[in-house]
Order: sequence, then structure tokens, then C-alpha cells
Amino acid sequence: MNINATLIGQSIAFFIFIYMVKQYVWPPLIAAMEERQKRIEAGLLAAERGLSEQAEAEQRAQELISQSKDQAAEIIAIASKQASNMVEEAKDVAVQAADKVKAQATAELEQDKARVRNELQEQVSTLVMQGVNAVLAKEVDGKTHKDMLSKLSQTL
Amino acid sequence: MSVETITSSEYIKHHLQNLTYGQLDGQWGFAHTAEQAASMGFWSINVDSMFWSLVTGLVFYFVFRSAGKKATTGVPSGFQNFIEIMIEFIDHSVRDSFKHKNKLVAPMALTIFAWIFLMNFMDLIAVDWLPQLAALSVEAMGGDPHAAFFKVVPSTDPNITFGMALSVFILILYYSIKHKGLGGFFAEILFHPFGKWGLPANLLLEGVALISKPISLALRLFGNMYAGEIIFILIAIMYSVGIGFGIFGGLLQVGWALFHILIITLQAFIFMTLTIVYMDMAHDNEH
Repeated sequence: MNINATLIGQSIAFFIFIYMVKQYVWPPLIAAMEERQKRIEAGLLAAERGLSEQAEAEQRAQELISQSKDQAAEIIAIASKQASNMVEEAKDVAVQAADKVKAQATAELEQDKARVRNELQEQVSTLVMQGVNAVLAKEVDGKTHKDMLSKLSQTL
Repeated sequence: MSVETITSSEYIKHHLQNLTYGQLDGQWGFAHTAEQAASMGFWSINVDSMFWSLVTGLVFYFVFRSAGKKATTGVPSGFQNFIEIMIEFIDHSVRDSFKHKNKLVAPMALTIFAWIFLMNFMDLIAVDWLPQLAALSVEAMGGDPHAAFFKVVPSTDPNITFGMALSVFILILYYSIKHKGLGGFFAEILFHPFGKWGLPANLLLEGVALISKPISLALRLFGNMYAGEIIFILIAIMYSVGIGFGIFGGLLQVGWALFHILIITLQAFIFMTLTIVYMDMAHDNEH
């Protein structure tokens, strides 16, 4: 139990160990621990952010769905209105077309009627002339009567 | 066995004597008796203390160095976890007590705690194993086994504890003067707490306070470990008395070893904490 140079040896060893620990042991370990701490912190933050983002997205989706439902209802209402309008218009057009066709038909009919009447008149007058000719062949001078008859047929 | 032929007193003395290498009558060599070791004076060295101190220090360094090399920021292995628990514990202790910025303090605290713990831990290895091994190997090499002194617990050697405490003291002085200035440092000793006119009293009080720091550090550790070692030696003597005492001694040794686990950890912790506190005081610039 004598105080001797061991004291100095231990002091030197002590300083060397402190230096080596400070240089080669403490920094890598503490750096690794701090790095991991940061990573865990970032991970937790990201997880939290993910959760809130998910909730937000869900809410947005819900909003979108309800919005599109409204839009769809609006579109349906407009479409049905348009459809009924179109039906109305079509009806009008059809009625007009029908009127036009009817008018045309009526006009044609009138023309036909007139033509047929003319033809009939001519045929009747020819028939009459033939009949008259047959009846009055002998008594009536053909020539004079023919003039008379042509005058008559023109008045018809 | 040589132990059986010697008296209890010799046994105890043998166990408490360091293996000293120094100059005796102008010749370098190992001391063969306690008297020879004492007469070697200051320029001799306790080879056993120094050897175990360096072995435990290197064990500490390489264990932590390998952890530092393999340190991953991902999921740590069990070994890395253990090292990180230690680092975190030291880091917390330093943060709690040390309010200044100094990158030396935390590594120093770690070194002090782990190294002192390992040196103290040598106390838990049964008290005769390593000395007996040393005596046998000396005998095998043709030497005198009675001169083969071998103390395996470095912290029961005051040279070791004072070596560390004085190193801490040098750092205290260095940082005190660095942060307070030479004038500030002496002003703290001379004009505090009683002002200019109480200078002698101030010098006495503050001087004692300053000097007591390394002395209390060194003596506390040395005293605890030395006392623990002596109790282990006394228990070991019971083995030579008889079977009954031997069994009783065995129980005592287990009990004391268990209790000693607490002491060696506590002493390492106290040395570390006080060093941190002293370093904090050295950085304080408030007085």
C-alpha cells in the first residue's frame, strides 16, 4: 500500500482511455441512437399524417359522391324535361306535316275531281252526240246540227 | 499447498501486498517482501494493479468499440441494445447534472463508470483463484511462491484510485481556469464566501473544499473496495478452520458477494456522478 509510480501509470492510462472513448466509442453510438430516434419520430409522424390524410380522403370521397348524386338528379330532371319538350315539338311537327299532307291531298283531290269532271263532260257530250246522231241521223242535217252540238258542248 | 502452512496473519498480509517492481539497492527487480516494496520508494510500480487495470480497461474499450463499429440505426441486436442502455444511462446522468457544453464529459463519465465497475468486479472472483494461479505459475517457473504477490482488484490499490481522482482533479483545475480565467479561479478561492476581509478564512474553507474533492473521490472508492476485499479474505480464512466453519464461510461468501455486486456498482456510479458534478462546478461562472 505504498504510493508509487502506479499512480502516474494509472493517470496516463485514464487519459488515454478517455481520449479513445471520446474519439472512437461515444460518437458512433450516440449518432446511431440519435439517428434511430429521428427515424422513429419521422415514422410516427408519417403514420399520423397518413391517418389524417385517409380521413380527409374519405371525407372528400363522401363529398364527391353526394355532389355527383345531386348532379345526376339534376341531369335526370333536365333530361326528362328536354324529352317531354322534344315529344311536344315532335307532336307539333307531326301535326304540321299531317296538315300539309292533308292539304296537299285535298288539293290533288280537287284537281282530280275537276279533271274527271271535264273528262266526264267530254265523254257525256260525245255520248250525247252519238245518241243524237243515232236518233236523228236521218232527220237532221248532220252538218248544221254538228255546229249546234259543238256550240253546246263548249258551253258545258 | 503453501497457504496451509502459513498463519492467518501471513495469509492476510500476503493478500494485501502488491507485486511491486522497482529499484532495490541499485538493482531493478520484484520486491520479495512488504518491507522491500516499501523501501523501493516512489519510482516503483505495482505490476499487478497496473496489469489488471489495463486488462479491464481494454476489455471495456474493445467491447464498446465493437458495439460502436457495428452500430446500426435499424433494429438493434441484443448486444447493441445493452450497450445503448449503458450509453443512454450515462447520457441521462450527464444531462441531469452537467448544464454546460463539453464533449469530453459524457465519454469520461462512461469510461469512469464502466472501467471502475470492471476493476471492482475483479473482487467477485473468488479471492484465492488468481493469486494461487500466479503462485503456482511462479513456482512452476522456479521462483519463490511466497514472493508471488498478486492483488487482482486494482481499485483496492490507492495508487489506482488516486491516479483517477487526481486526473479528474487536473481536469477540474483545467476547466475552472479555462472558463473563469486564472483571476476568476483565484478570486473564487480568496474572496468567497466572506469577501475581501475574510481572506484567510476563505482560503482555508475553499482550499479544503477544493482539495477534498479528489481525496474524497479516491478514498471513498479505495476504502469501500479495500474493506470489501478484507472481508472476502477473512471469510476465506474460515475455510481452513474446519468443515462447519467452512460451510458457514461459504454461505457468508455468497451473501457478501451478492451484497458486493451492489457496492461495486454503487461505487462506480458515485465516482462517475461526483466527477460530473465537479466538472459542472468547474464550468459554472456564477460566483
